[in-house]
Amino acid sequence: MFDTSFLTKAIFGRLTLESLPLHEPIVVGTFVVVALGGVALLGAVTYFRLWGYLWREWFTTVDHKRIGIMYMILGIVMLLRGFADAIMMRLQQAIAFGGSEGYLNAHHYDQIFTAHGVIMIFFVAMPLVTGLMNYVVPLQIGARDVSFPFLNNFSFWMTVGGAVLVMISLFVGEFARTGWLAYPPLSNIGYSPDVGVDYYIWGLQVAGVGTTLSGINLICTIVKLRAPGMTMMRMPVFTWTSLCTNVLIVASFPVLTAVLALLSLDRYIGTNFFTNDFGGSPMMYVNLIWIWGHPEVYILVLPAFGIFSEVTSTFSGKRLFGYTSMVYATVVITILSYLVWLHHFFTMGSGASVNSFFGITTMIISIPTGAKMFNWLFTMYRGRIRFELPMMWTVAFMFTFVIGGMTGVLLAVPPADFVLHNSLFLIAHFHNVIIGGVVFGAFAGIAYWFPKAFGFRLDPFWGKLSFWFWVVGFYFAFMPLYVLGLMGVTRRLRVFDDPSLQIWFIIAGIGAFLIFLGIISFLVQIAVSVLKREALKDVTGDPWNARTLEWATSSPPPAYNFAFTPVVHDNDAWWDMKRRGYRRPLTGFKPIHMPSNTGTGVILAALATAMGFGLIWYIWWLAAVSFIGLLAVAIGHTFNYHRDYHIPADEVVRVEDARTHLLAAGAKS
Amino acid sequence: MTLAVVPPQNSEPVFYVVDEHEHPEGASTMLGFWIYLMSDCLMFAMLFATFGVLGGNYAAGPAPKDLFDLPLVAVNTSMLLLSSITYGFAMLAMEKSRVGAMQAWLVITGLFGLAFISIELFEFAHMIHEGATPQRSAFLSSFFTLVGTHGLHVTFGLVWLVTLMVQVARYGLIEANRRRLMCLSMFWHFLDVVWIGVFTFVYLMGMLR
Repeated sequence: MFDTSFLTKAIFGRLTLESLPLHEPIVVGTFVVVALGGVALLGAVTYFRLWGYLWREWFTTVDHKRIGIMYMILGIVMLLRGFADAIMMRLQQAIAFGGSEGYLNAHHYDQIFTAHGVIMIFFVAMPLVTGLMNYVVPLQIGARDVSFPFLNNFSFWMTVGGAVLVMISLFVGEFARTGWLAYPPLSNIGYSPDVGVDYYIWGLQVAGVGTTLSGINLICTIVKLRAPGMTMMRMPVFTWTSLCTNVLIVASFPVLTAVLALLSLDRYIGTNFFTNDFGGSPMMYVNLIWIWGHPEVYILVLPAFGIFSEVTSTFSGKRLFGYTSMVYATVVITILSYLVWLHHFFTMGSGASVNSFFGITTMIISIPTGAKMFNWLFTMYRGRIRFELPMMWTVAFMFTFVIGGMTGVLLAVPPADFVLHNSLFLIAHFHNVIIGGVVFGAFAGIAYWFPKAFGFRLDPFWGKLSFWFWVVGFYFAFMPLYVLGLMGVTRRLRVFDDPSLQIWFIIAGIGAFLIFLGIISFLVQIAVSVLKREALKDVTGDPWNARTLEWATSSPPPAYNFAFTPVVHDNDAWWDMKRRGYRRPLTGFKPIHMPSNTGTGVILAALATAMGFGLIWYIWWLAAVSFIGLLAVAIGHTFNYHRDYHIPADEVVRVEDARTHLLAAGAKS
Repeated sequence: MTLAVVPPQNSEPVFYVVDEHEHPEGASTMLGFWIYLMSDCLMFAMLFATFGVLGGNYAAGPAPKDLFDLPLVAVNTSMLLLSSITYGFAMLAMEKSRVGAMQAWLVITGLFGLAFISIELFEFAHMIHEGATPQRSAFLSSFFTLVGTHGLHVTFGLVWLVTLMVQVARYGLIEANRRRLMCLSMFWHFLDVVWIGVFTFVYLMGMLR
């Protein structure tokens, strides 16, 4: 007798028709909208015959600038998904009072708060930060590209692969219901037997490879490819913070990889790392994941500090106050970020001495951060401040981040933390620093460098609208959570009994709606700016009268960034060049050695994603085939020794002459 | 003060490199690979830490003394150490551009590596046969994972070794191939160092527990 169920299992693993969440009307509705949007987008790309262009010029590109832009697009797209989760949670919590169950069932709600955290950290904040570093760092140090251009492309597509897996979980199967760090024993196979945690694991593992490699890449770029004369202490502060961030990435993501690998071993073959019996220890997981998790916080915020430093000195028209102390503060934060992880679980019961140690290290970390704050303030002091959009974000950051920092120091006191642990006070605190620091920083960075990337400024009106909606919305959304936290409301609750709490949740919901308007205004701002690009055009390449090297070249920069490698004499290299009468070279161009595009990165990442999908659904043949494919393509790629070409001198002359004409026309008008 | 910084008109500062030399390809590869190795080292550090914490949790199951066959592990260790020496000889041959000798030493290195993997698999099979499976206790989970991860690394090193030998046979000792051989060299010696940690920390100290 032939058993068909065996065959189905062999082909589809545990993937069945029941895995599709057809019984959840909200998910089905979302799917319809996403599917229609997706079909419209694909149709448009096909109709305008853009596939060839996209593949040749973007998907396979090894140009750090284009990869940076693609990272930003990924981050912004995923922001919409992560924010949809946020506003759903706010709505649920605002209405689930007085016996009402709200509109989300527990199964769905638990996935939403998990997905919100995972997406916002890994697929919004990380791509935005990595995108800005990718775009700006090589330009700031006067390099032609990163050290390993192909690896850069591969890293980006691995990040996309992870995001794709997380997105698939919305419509095929389900996502984890464990919270964003998937603590065992809840995340172990006994309590989470379905695919949710596996989506979580493989989504992060695939993206994690990309993140680690891009970290290595940028460290090498900064260490090896600086323009002559740019000593370490002459590097722009954004480059410094990027260097420290990437050191943190390389020194912490392997920990995440290892701990998730151990969790998968527990889930897939039944080992006993994090189980409750046979000698396993769930607290081992919590320790290990926070040894990654705390540096991760600084991975996100250090580049934002760098952005604010660049913005403050540019828009104050002054050299950054206390450059040296800024660098040392960054390095000290980098080191200290490894010595504080236990403050995430003071309640574990490690005893007074251990808790005191981590409480004190946590408080100490606020000293270099405070030093930075004063440096920015003193840079502004007696400066000629121009309140352009990036500067507005910076000032909002300074106000907001100080509040978030102070509540952080409060939480660092172990006895206080025993009261506030896992309460909404904590939620308010970390949104306070992540939105106030990282998100505001990303928006400042986007507004600041957009003209460099595209050759025209962003529309200020819609930008300011977005700014005010965001800032006011933030305070409305999160200040009530501080109050609720102090009243003892814990995180991740779906329904409430006490009716006196409802008003605070309604206020928070209004705040989330204001932030929604802020996001819409941001998207409108981009659309309006594209439409008005002639009016907003910048031909000088230096629209802000800025100070660092990326403004020395045209906007957008040519593929080779600089026709001649710049020589640096001062901290603010471009300011120094302008001040001392630098004249742009007009002749003597030479062919420029550049890396060639390759599709290998896309193919490898697609195979890795397929392997992840196979492992999630126990489709072993798919996992095996994709793994062998991965090896074969990777080895095949090493047999290609011709990965570079020269941009002919004529081409360089043509590009540079075009810029000369533009500059002349701009000077006349 | 400011006057001193601004140079006189006739000696204009140089703001760009006119005569740029060609940057050699792969100038950052060694540094990049070294940083990768350090990230890998950190992964091992986590596995060591896990073993350190959970390695005494036998859950009433077998302990190191019941399982480890030190003479066998000693043979195994010598295989890996010898392979490191022979890889060194291969590099010396590469320096002298003696392709034949280098390939021969690489073959010997590969055989030692293969012997190492085979002995390790034999050891694993033997333990599992005796009921000391990775599922039996947290000690065994962390033991198999730490030692197995090292073994997987050696296996990938072998795949890489064969790939490089084909590439050298095809394209000769060109600059790119020399660089790749140097990277594999670092990788191979790195695994050797990790193994010394495993041997000491897991096997020797395990027997003393």
